[in-house]
Amino acid sequence: MLRLPRLRFLSPASPREAAAMARDGGATTMLVAGGTDLYPNLKRRQFAADTLVGLTQLRELHQVRGDAASGFELGAAVTLSVAARHPGLHTGYAEAAGLVSSPPLRNAGTIGGNLCVDTRCNYYNMTYEWRKAAGFCIKKDGDICLVAPGSPRCWALSSSDTAPVAIALGATVVLAAPDGERELPVAALYRDDGIDYLAKQPWEVVTALRLPPLDGVRTAYVKLRRRGSIDFPIAGCGVALRMDGDVVESARVVLSAVASHPVEAHAADQLLTGTRLDEETIAAAAEAAAKPAKPLDNADLSYVWRKKMVRVVVEQALRKAAARGDLS
Amino acid sequence: MPDLKIVGKAVAKPDAPAKVIGAAVYADDIVLPRMLHCKILRSPHPHARILSIDASAARRIRGVKAVITGEDLPIKFGILPVSQDERALEAEKVRYVGDPVAAVAAVDEETAAAALDAIRVEYEVLAPVMSIEEGLEQPKDERIHASRSLPANVHRLQSYEFGDLEAGWARARHQREDLFFFQGNTHLPMEQHSAVAQWVDGRLTLWSSTQVVHYVHRALARVLELPMTRIRVIGAVHGGGFGGKTDPFSHELVVAKLAMITGRPVKCTLTREEVFYAHRGRHPVLMWVRTGVDEDGRITAMHFRSALDGGGYGSYGAASVFYTGTLQTVTYDIPAYKFEGVRVFTNKPPCGPKRGHGTPQPRFALELHLDKIAQEIGIDPVELKRRNFVKPFTRAVNWLRITSCGLEECTDKVLAASGYATRARRRGRGMGFAVSAYMSGAGTAIYWNDMPHSEVQVKVDRTGVTAYCGAMDIGQGSDSVLAHIVAEELGVEPADVRLVTADTDSTPIDLGSYSSRVTFMAGNAALEAARKMRALLVSAVAERMGVSGDLDEIEVGGGRIGDFEFLEACELAETRWGALSTAGAYTPPRIGGPFKGSGVGPSPAYSYSAAVVDAEADERTGIVTVKRVWIAHDVGRAIDPLLVIGQVEGGVYMGLGEALMEEQTFRKGLHKWPSMLEYKSPTFLDTPEIETFLVETVDPEGPYGAKEAGQGPLLPVIPALNAALFDALGVWVDETPITPEKVLKALKDGRVGPKAFPAVPWPEPIVVAPPAPDDMRIGAELEAAFAQAGGDA
Amino acid sequence: MLNELDRPVDRRVLGIRVNGEDHQLLLPVHKTLLEVLREDLGLTGTKHGCELGECGTCTVLVEGEPHLSCLVLPVQLNGREVTTVEGLAAGSELSPLQRAFVDLGAAQCGYCTPGMLLAATALLRANPMPSNHEIREALAGNLCRCTGYSKIVEAVELAARA
Repeated sequence: MLRLPRLRFLSPASPREAAAMARDGGATTMLVAGGTDLYPNLKRRQFAADTLVGLTQLRELHQVRGDAASGFELGAAVTLSVAARHPGLHTGYAEAAGLVSSPPLRNAGTIGGNLCVDTRCNYYNMTYEWRKAAGFCIKKDGDICLVAPGSPRCWALSSSDTAPVAIALGATVVLAAPDGERELPVAALYRDDGIDYLAKQPWEVVTALRLPPLDGVRTAYVKLRRRGSIDFPIAGCGVALRMDGDVVESARVVLSAVASHPVEAHAADQLLTGTRLDEETIAAAAEAAAKPAKPLDNADLSYVWRKKMVRVVVEQALRKAAARGDLS
Repeated sequence: MPDLKIVGKAVAKPDAPAKVIGAAVYADDIVLPRMLHCKILRSPHPHARILSIDASAARRIRGVKAVITGEDLPIKFGILPVSQDERALEAEKVRYVGDPVAAVAAVDEETAAAALDAIRVEYEVLAPVMSIEEGLEQPKDERIHASRSLPANVHRLQSYEFGDLEAGWARARHQREDLFFFQGNTHLPMEQHSAVAQWVDGRLTLWSSTQVVHYVHRALARVLELPMTRIRVIGAVHGGGFGGKTDPFSHELVVAKLAMITGRPVKCTLTREEVFYAHRGRHPVLMWVRTGVDEDGRITAMHFRSALDGGGYGSYGAASVFYTGTLQTVTYDIPAYKFEGVRVFTNKPPCGPKRGHGTPQPRFALELHLDKIAQEIGIDPVELKRRNFVKPFTRAVNWLRITSCGLEECTDKVLAASGYATRARRRGRGMGFAVSAYMSGAGTAIYWNDMPHSEVQVKVDRTGVTAYCGAMDIGQGSDSVLAHIVAEELGVEPADVRLVTADTDSTPIDLGSYSSRVTFMAGNAALEAARKMRALLVSAVAERMGVSGDLDEIEVGGGRIGDFEFLEACELAETRWGALSTAGAYTPPRIGGPFKGSGVGPSPAYSYSAAVVDAEADERTGIVTVKRVWIAHDVGRAIDPLLVIGQVEGGVYMGLGEALMEEQTFRKGLHKWPSMLEYKSPTFLDTPEIETFLVETVDPEGPYGAKEAGQGPLLPVIPALNAALFDALGVWVDETPITPEKVLKALKDGRVGPKAFPAVPWPEPIVVAPPAPDDMRIGAELEAAFAQAGGDA
Repeated sequence: MLNELDRPVDRRVLGIRVNGEDHQLLLPVHKTLLEVLREDLGLTGTKHGCELGECGTCTVLVEGEPHLSCLVLPVQLNGREVTTVEGLAAGSELSPLQRAFVDLGAAQCGYCTPGMLLAATALLRANPMPSNHEIREALAGNLCRCTGYSKIVEAVELAARA
């Protein structure tokens, strides 16, 4: 059996205490909620952690507050399955939560955890023995990126299904530190780097996700993966549209699994704004969104094909969102 | 045949209740007092010489009880006598990433795993060989295995000619050649391999998740230098094999040795990654085929070449090569046939038998090749295939003997059910049709001997009946088959037949659950033993009833024999005869032709299958979705239809997995994705509805006419899917698996597939005079005919 | 990995409720629920296929919800009750679902069966008359290599009608 390394487990009484424990513990102390991302990675020794700071015992992190009219505040430890079926929640966001991995995993995986999910790569998400045989990589224990050996940086893939719609909605996260909180747009939570992919201190605790009032916004998430379950995204698109009749008032298109961070397709947004939404504009927007996407050979199926499919998932997401006019 | 009361009845498996309450004990569930845990250190290099191993630091770790290396287990072993090329722990060189090098026994798994890190191995890295083409070239550094006679990294080389090829080509109005590639894939059983060994007072007991207790028994005796009488191998409840647990394995030998050294029980359970390294799965095969047909599309001659990527060791590979070339002739009538096969060693986990063993690959090639011929000459592909179907009770040009053959009926059933002939023709949606055949047990044993392949003992006393057989129930229901047959003959319910199976101490030989042999061979052995017991019971009852003469008057069935309840009849017989014990055995008769290598391919009977696959193919994305599969399987007779249908559906599912997503690929010498996440196998949402039809041709050789069901149904599904793709989008993907990118590439280029077959130093062919098509002689009669004709090679 | 043996083991007395029975165990806190069930409680009915959350074999119920036991730490259970395959039968009476699995041949090698049964039990409690597609969706995280899934779906449908 693959087993976890020996760990200490700390159970703080508040998010601030959790942040303090994590900060004081240094690099070998890690925060953990559902554990569905961290435990497999720890079993493969992708981290050198010796101490975990648990978050799921904090009741306040399991709360769901608000409604469609005033907006929702989801505690970071709300599970993906609870979010997926929560009445009134933004359709595209709930949809994305319900597409993560598989049903039993979603019962433990959290919405906060999915926003912070580790970046992934074929050369990285392997056991210690395999990575040793491969010579290790720049993200863990090695010196070069095995996917792009000439590159000085890590290209591990952003694999969150819920981040795109959260960003498209202009959602924010609340982060707790030992001495206070701050609120950050989800869009600002990520960095374009496979190793340092979160723009927060490692010890800052995500405590909540705030989704704005629905107010007629139409959202959708389309996930591309080889199988109907279990698999991570190999391309994905979250969209949020505001429509005035069939004219686009505003559009935000965000891609998953094409880079080390969720990619906001600004060119597509601009192209769509003020236009009538039809097959032609959808195709043009999809083209504009796909153009800068440069997937690498570090996920399932050919990266050339994945690049072609970015257009397709964008189109599908736009169509789906547009059709949800009466659901807001 | 008289009315059957039990055979043919759908009855739940006797082991199912224990499984659904979590009480079935699989190997990793076994816990023994003071048990130690073993972890194995494996090579991180695909090809390297071992310069030194220093385990001293590991031995000093607290909790570590023993560390062994190659020098502790120097004797080579291997499943085939011609391929005794493995060591439980390598001492000289390693031949794939994952090759076992050392082993630790410690008080817990954590300590054992940590201790591996303390073992210092010095390697001299050698250039790896990672493809068929590279395997045929002179190696840069050194051969993977030394050889006296074969070039480069060639393991096996064959060439055969049957019938008059010149005449065959001359008769052909049309000839076509094609290239195909079938990618390697693996069994992925849900249960990881596991074994527990115990050494007490000079006797070794091994519990293992294995399909072949007898072969493991032999390997243990050989490598540990113990007499077989001092070794007991027990097949633990089995969590899936599919051919992946038919070799004796390093971890089985290692735990035994560690148990002998420490005097404590030792368990080793492989991690999922290690299961990928144990492998013994589907050979990647490159194939070239050229066929000549006359103006009616009837085959006049065929030349088939296959090149197998064997991985680091022989395993069953010597037989696998044969299998890629022999069964072509038992589906289609091929009057002149040439086969050339080569297997090369490469620095990857060794390939071996996976469900279908060497036949899915050529089946894939043959079905699509005939489809293309049909398209080229303007004959409907189904019609073309029909015109070439073998006839029942004929002898093929390579001496394989066809008995019952349900090809026509199977074809009719799936065509009718699917509406294939009148399907709506629209771009992006298509149906594909394919047929196949498979053996009901190999006609020759793994190691040469004249003994039975399966033996069953039946014991009766006043408490009832027990049947003993070495056969291993791997989930396919072989226990049920035994119970059904014994129950049928003795007039009881299957639940009344107690079973003792897969324990080398108490059960008589059965060679193992592979090659689809168990229903056929253990079934026939059970039939013989049960009929003998029936005779003893009936005669005792007859005596008591005062009946003499025709004992057939005594009715057996419904829990009664004559005037007596079954247990009463048992008491009468025990009184009359004393201890009641009968035995039955089955040895396949000599079937193969008078030439070297004729042992692989012959089978006492072949099952037949036909499939239609309905699929959608999106021309923008290349994504193929299977909507439905119709499968008809000629099983001869379904001893228990519930189980047969389960095997058919499971085979179809596994075929779809191979066709759509399962593939083993390597990058920089490493298995690219040895995990259940990245090695894709279909989920509930990826598997369509499967409609199954059972055809019963009642074979004269099989028990109650039964033939196999465990492997045949997988075979036609794969080519049928690619044929459906062609039907949907007019493009060929001449390799497996179909990926969206390949579909898009095929749309651009018309075809995706291999471009060339490498140059191979084929030997001079063994030329074999074919039999007369109606020559159905087997066994002693056949042997006599060969002896008369001057003996065989 | 070798240096891990130098680390102290964080052992706790943890209370866990399994199949209606309470246990107080002295456990290393890094042992997963899968390992505790099999190795400390002797409940070997829960199987494992990958230990990484990729196959569903180790599925148990936590407060009636399917969870992958290979990714649960007992210290995080926070009092929630665990149900394993050993807890499905009522005494020696198989549940209708277990009975259906037996009768329809939905268990061949049986290794995925415990996980399937628990996931399906949870489904039927939440959705007493699931459609074919709903069954497939709910069990999509559980892999099987033997059955091709058909008989499992049929068994769940049969149990739903019972």
